[in-house]
Amino acid sequence: MAGGLYSMSAKDFDQTLDLTKVKPYGDTMNDGKVQVSFTLPVPNGAEAEEAAKLLMKKMGFENPLVAFAKELTPGFTFFNCYGNLTHTVDYSNIYVPKVESNTMDMHECDEYIKEHIGRKLIVVGASTGTDAHTVGIDAIMNMKGYAGHYGLERYEMVEAYNLGSQVPNEEFLAKAIELGADAILVSQTVTQKDVHIQNLTNLIELMEAEGLRDKMIVVCGGPRISHELAKELGYDAGFGANTYADDVISFVAQEIVNRNA
Amino acid sequence: MQSKLGLDFKKVEHAKSLAKDIANEVQAFVESKTTVAVERTLCRLMGIDGVDENQVPLPNVIVDELKQKGVLGEGALFYIANAMVNTGLSPQEIAEKVATGAIDLTQIEVAPQAEIDRVLQPVIDESIAKIRSRRQRRENYLNTIGEGPKPYLYVIVATGNIYEDTVQAEAAARQGADIIAVIRTTGQSLLDYVPYGVTTEGFGGTYATQANFKIMREAMDKVGEELGRYIRVCNYCSGLCMPEIAIMGAFEGLDVMLNDALYGILFRDINMQRTLIDQYMSRIINGFAGVIINTGEDNYLTTADAVEAAHTVLASDLINEQLALLAGLPEEQMGLGHAFEMDPMLENGFLYELAQAQMAREIFPNAPLKYMPPTKFMTGNIFRGHLQDCLFNMIGIWTNQGLQLLGMPTEAIHTPFMSDRFLSIENAKYIFNNMKSIGDEMEFKEGGIVRTRAQEVLDKAIELLEQLTSEGLFNALEKGIFGDVKRSRTGGKGLDGVVEQGAHYMNPFINLMKGKK
Repeated sequence: MAGGLYSMSAKDFDQTLDLTKVKPYGDTMNDGKVQVSFTLPVPNGAEAEEAAKLLMKKMGFENPLVAFAKELTPGFTFFNCYGNLTHTVDYSNIYVPKVESNTMDMHECDEYIKEHIGRKLIVVGASTGTDAHTVGIDAIMNMKGYAGHYGLERYEMVEAYNLGSQVPNEEFLAKAIELGADAILVSQTVTQKDVHIQNLTNLIELMEAEGLRDKMIVVCGGPRISHELAKELGYDAGFGANTYADDVISFVAQEIVNRNA
Repeated sequence: MQSKLGLDFKKVEHAKSLAKDIANEVQAFVESKTTVAVERTLCRLMGIDGVDENQVPLPNVIVDELKQKGVLGEGALFYIANAMVNTGLSPQEIAEKVATGAIDLTQIEVAPQAEIDRVLQPVIDESIAKIRSRRQRRENYLNTIGEGPKPYLYVIVATGNIYEDTVQAEAAARQGADIIAVIRTTGQSLLDYVPYGVTTEGFGGTYATQANFKIMREAMDKVGEELGRYIRVCNYCSGLCMPEIAIMGAFEGLDVMLNDALYGILFRDINMQRTLIDQYMSRIINGFAGVIINTGEDNYLTTADAVEAAHTVLASDLINEQLALLAGLPEEQMGLGHAFEMDPMLENGFLYELAQAQMAREIFPNAPLKYMPPTKFMTGNIFRGHLQDCLFNMIGIWTNQGLQLLGMPTEAIHTPFMSDRFLSIENAKYIFNNMKSIGDEMEFKEGGIVRTRAQEVLDKAIELLEQLTSEGLFNALEKGIFGDVKRSRTGGKGLDGVVEQGAHYMNPFINLMKGKK
C-alpha cells in the first residue's frame, strides 16, 4: 500500500536541525512526518480517498497517504492518514506567558508560608456554574491529592475549603468572603460551547462589581485552561493539565509575598 | 453455585441481611411521605402534559399551586379526581383551567370517596395499559428480532441536539452497540421540572424530555429492525425529577435508566430525604415497565481511591439491591454499578480489578451488572487510553458483566466523535469474540492474589455494613462514608419539596405496579 514505506531512495532534504524552521519529526530530521485521522461525511470509495488526500494537501502535506479507510455508517468514512508537512515554525522566536513562580513541594511550601507569611493561608475552591465535575478541584484540594501530589487539605499551613460542584458564582464569593479567603480556586471541566469562558468571565465581573477583585488571589484550572487564557479573562493565574496542588499553592504563596513586599 | 474465588456464601448472606436492615429503616421513613416530584408523576399518570403560556409544565402548575396553598400532603390525585367529579372535565382540561386561574382546586366541595374512585378508575386503567403495552412491545421485539449477547455494548451520545444524537446513535448501532445512552445536558439533574418538547441545544448533553425520548426510541426501533437486533435506549432518572423521568421513559418505551438516590446525594448534593422518597416511586415504575436500572457506585472511585474504597462500592451495591427489592424491582433489572478505576501504574492492578469484578458477579448472580470504564486515569494519551480500555474489556468478558459501558480513547478530551465510538466498539468486539470463553476456562489459584483480594473486599464491606446498621444510612452519609463526600440530612437541594401524607392522600399506582408486570 504505502509508497515510500520501505523506500530506499536518498533523502534529498537538509537533515540539520534549524530552530527557526522547525517541522515534525518521524524518524529523520526534517522529514515532516505527521499522522492525522478524521471522518468525512461521504461514502467510502476511490472518491472518498481522493477527497482525503486533497484535504491533506490543503493542510500542507506532501505525499499524502491514506493508510486506512472505513465507512462508519452509511455516508461517513473514517481515515487514518500520513503525510510530510511542508510548513515550519520559528521556535527561536516564541513567547508564551507562564506562571512566574518556583514550584515547591508540600514541605517547602509549608515552610515558606510559615517564614514569609506567618499564618495559615485560607483557600476556597469549587467547580462553579453548572459544572458537575469535581475531579479537577478534588485533585487539587482533597487530602489524597492526585498522581503522588498531596492535596491542599494535607498542607499544614493551608486551610482548605472544597465547596464541591455546581456552586453558583454568587454563592462561591459569599462563602469566600465569609471564610476570609486569601485565594479562590475555580475549576472548570465542562467546556462545550465555551460555557467555561462565560462562567469564568461572569465571576470576575461579579468580583469587580463588588470591589473584591484586588482582595484575593483568583486562580482557575481545568483541562482546557491555560495561563494565557486565564490572564486574558482577568485571573491571576491559570493551571492546565499536568499541574498539581503544589504548583497552585506555590504560586499563591509567592504572589501574596510579592504583593505585600 | 461454586465460587471461583472461594467466597464464603454464608458471609454473603450475612452481608445481604445487614443491607436489608439498613434498607428497611430507610423504607420506614419513605413510606409516609411524598414530594413535589412524586405528585407531578401522578399528574402525568393522569394524562396531564404540556406547558402553560410561560412554558411551565402543567404538572408543575398543579403541584406548585397545591404546595403554595399548603395542601400538597393531600396529594394531587385527590384534588384532580375531586375536580373531575364536580366539573365533568378531564384531568388535562382541569390542568389547563388551573393554569389560567379559572379553577381553584382547593375551593371545590369534597365529593364522596366512592365518586372519586369511580372517576379515577378509567384514567388509571389507561395509564397502566399504556405502560404495559410498551413493555410488551419490547418483549415482542426481543422474541422476534432478538438482541446482542452480553455484555451489552453500551455507548453514549452527547451532541446537545436530539436530531444529531440520532445520527450518532444509528452509526453506533450499526457498528455493534446494544445500548444507546443520551447524556443529559449539564445541570438538568438540578432542575425541579422536566423541560417540554424537542430540544436542539444543550451543554455536554441533550435535555431529557418526553419528546426527545420518543425521537430516539423511533430511530432505534428503525435501525434495530434493519439490523435484526433490538437496540436499547437509556436515559437518566436521577436528580430532582427521578419519578417523573421514570414515567416518561415508561410511556416512551425506554429500556435502561440511571436510577440512584445515593449518587444524587453524593455527587449532585440533592437532599437525601427528598431523593430517597423519589427513588422509591421511580423504582416501582421502572420495575413495572421492565426497565433495567443502573446504580452509580462507580462514581465513588472517581473521588475515592479504587483500591482503598472498593468495599464501599460493594456495600453500596448491597444496599441498593435491597432498596430495589423493596420497590418490587426484580434482580434481573438491577444494573448494579462498579468500575475499573485503579491507577494503571499499580503492580498487578489488573488482578485486583479482575478479583473485584468476579466478586460482584458471584455476589449478584442474577443482576446485569453495569461495569464502568477507566475515566480518572485517562490522560489525553489516547493510545494508552485505548489499551486501558482493552484491559477493561478483557475483564468484562472474563467475568460476564451485563452492561459494558465502553471507554473512549478520547475520554478527558471531548465528548465522543463518531470515530472514537467506532474504535471503542471495535476494541470491545475484538476482545469479546477473541476471549469469549476465558471465564469458563480459567480458575484462580487458592491463596493467590485474586482470591485473597476478593475475600478481603467482602470482609471489609461486611465491617462497613455492620457499622451502618448501628448508625443508619442517613448518619453514615453525614459522616462521608461513600466517595469521601459528606452530606447533611437537611442540606442539599430539594428538601422544601417533601411533605407528610395527609388524610386524603392516595397513590393507588403503588399497589398496581409494585412487583408486577
